[in-house]
Amino acid sequence: MKFKSWRDLPEGAIIKDVPTSPAFKTGEWRIKRPFFYPERCKHDLLCWLYCPDSAVVVKNGRVVDFDMEYCKGCGICVKVCPHEALEMKEEEV
Amino acid sequence: MKPATKETLALTGNEAAAYAMKQINPDVVAAYPITPATEIVQIFSKYVADGEVDTEFVPVESEHSAMSVCIGASAAGARVMTATASQGLALMHEMLYIAASLRLPILMVVGNRALSAPINIHCDHSDTMGSRDSGWIQIYCENTNEVYHTLIAAIRIAETANLPCMVTMDGFIVTHGMENVRVLEDAEVQEFVGKRKPLYSLLDTDNPITIGPLVLYDYYFEYKRSQLEGVLKAKKIIPLVIDEYNKRFGENIPSFVEEYYTEDAEIVIVAMSSAAGTFKEAIDIEREKGEKIGLLRLKVFRPFPYEILREKMKNAQVIGVMDRAETFSTMGGPLSIELKAALYPLEKRILLQDFIFGLGGREFTLENALEVVDILKKIKKDKKVSEEFIYIGIKE
Repeated sequence: MKFKSWRDLPEGAIIKDVPTSPAFKTGEWRIKRPFFYPERCKHDLLCWLYCPDSAVVVKNGRVVDFDMEYCKGCGICVKVCPHEALEMKEEEV
Repeated sequence: MKPATKETLALTGNEAAAYAMKQINPDVVAAYPITPATEIVQIFSKYVADGEVDTEFVPVESEHSAMSVCIGASAAGARVMTATASQGLALMHEMLYIAASLRLPILMVVGNRALSAPINIHCDHSDTMGSRDSGWIQIYCENTNEVYHTLIAAIRIAETANLPCMVTMDGFIVTHGMENVRVLEDAEVQEFVGKRKPLYSLLDTDNPITIGPLVLYDYYFEYKRSQLEGVLKAKKIIPLVIDEYNKRFGENIPSFVEEYYTEDAEIVIVAMSSAAGTFKEAIDIEREKGEKIGLLRLKVFRPFPYEILREKMKNAQVIGVMDRAETFSTMGGPLSIELKAALYPLEKRILLQDFIFGLGGREFTLENALEVVDILKKIKKDKKVSEEFIYIGIKE
């Protein structure tokens, strides 16, 4: 990645090419990960609703995956799931 | 353009500031009252109530909120002003840095007042000296007339440089002291200040931006360097705007420094704000006696015009520096410390004596000024500076 010179930065420290958040891979922060049991999932989408980083991938109204580039391992999805379809597990190296 | 025929009004510093604000007619004013600057916004709020200005006036619950509102409004592209003093300025402290680094040209009037404790409402420069590294332009005025004209010029300075600017005057001495002010016509002021051209606007929804993002070790350093570049540009903008103002309106307000008999001066006194007036009187007396003494009044403290100060003082034998604030560094006041650094590259070391005076409104009299002159004359004769900074006018 090529860095910009201080001379090329916008004055006032603003960011023009918004949104820039997709470039920030928050998944790097994770020390634990949610483990998904699809057979217990009732697809009420509470995990999708509560996920602070839009890491729950939903297709046609059904939870299909977790986007681990953005899942920061907060565990909120596990807490809100009433069906024990999710479990926090140590991140495997 | 021929100088306008001006009306002369008898105004206090606060009244002059409020009058200038009325003629500038800012889009937003957010403020919280504090002695000795309360009147500025109090008078201005009457202009708002009477429909004499188009300003959205926001009476907030604290100075921290005042500066926060100013920042939000300025980021939206508005022309913004406020006023404060002392503890109020101290409460704004964290927001001052944000205004400067977001490059928002907010114009603030400050009535210089001491900081607690003990609680004191009178003049010294500890308040604005406490925010000297916040990235704001700082302009210290000597008298009421200068406050009025400097404020009108400062709007242009701030908005051209895209930097916030504080214009200060000594609390009570100038804020409540009545003097003649040569005022301009409303239309002349409007023509001079023009329209603000913001760097960016929160309200420009076609071009969305992020303001105040998180920037860590990858670019924070570069943003600070970029901010410095803005301040370096301001150093070029200040004299251009002041010159244009003086030419257009037939005024003679100084930009960075004012010189008073400095050309052949062997002894040079460096002072700021209203104390300069007292020194001018002392210098008149000494010049009568044939003493080669002069005054260099520093008007702009930020950015610090070290090149000008160095050039103007290089032929002096003795320099006396007047600080109306303590640093508690145990090596004198802020002005003397920076001045010594400015003179460091000179091959010849000039004798320099620092004085602390007038803290918490201790009156600085003509006798005090003459006492300073006598000490400096003795230093010139002995070719030796006192080891310690001198507290002038203190009860020993």
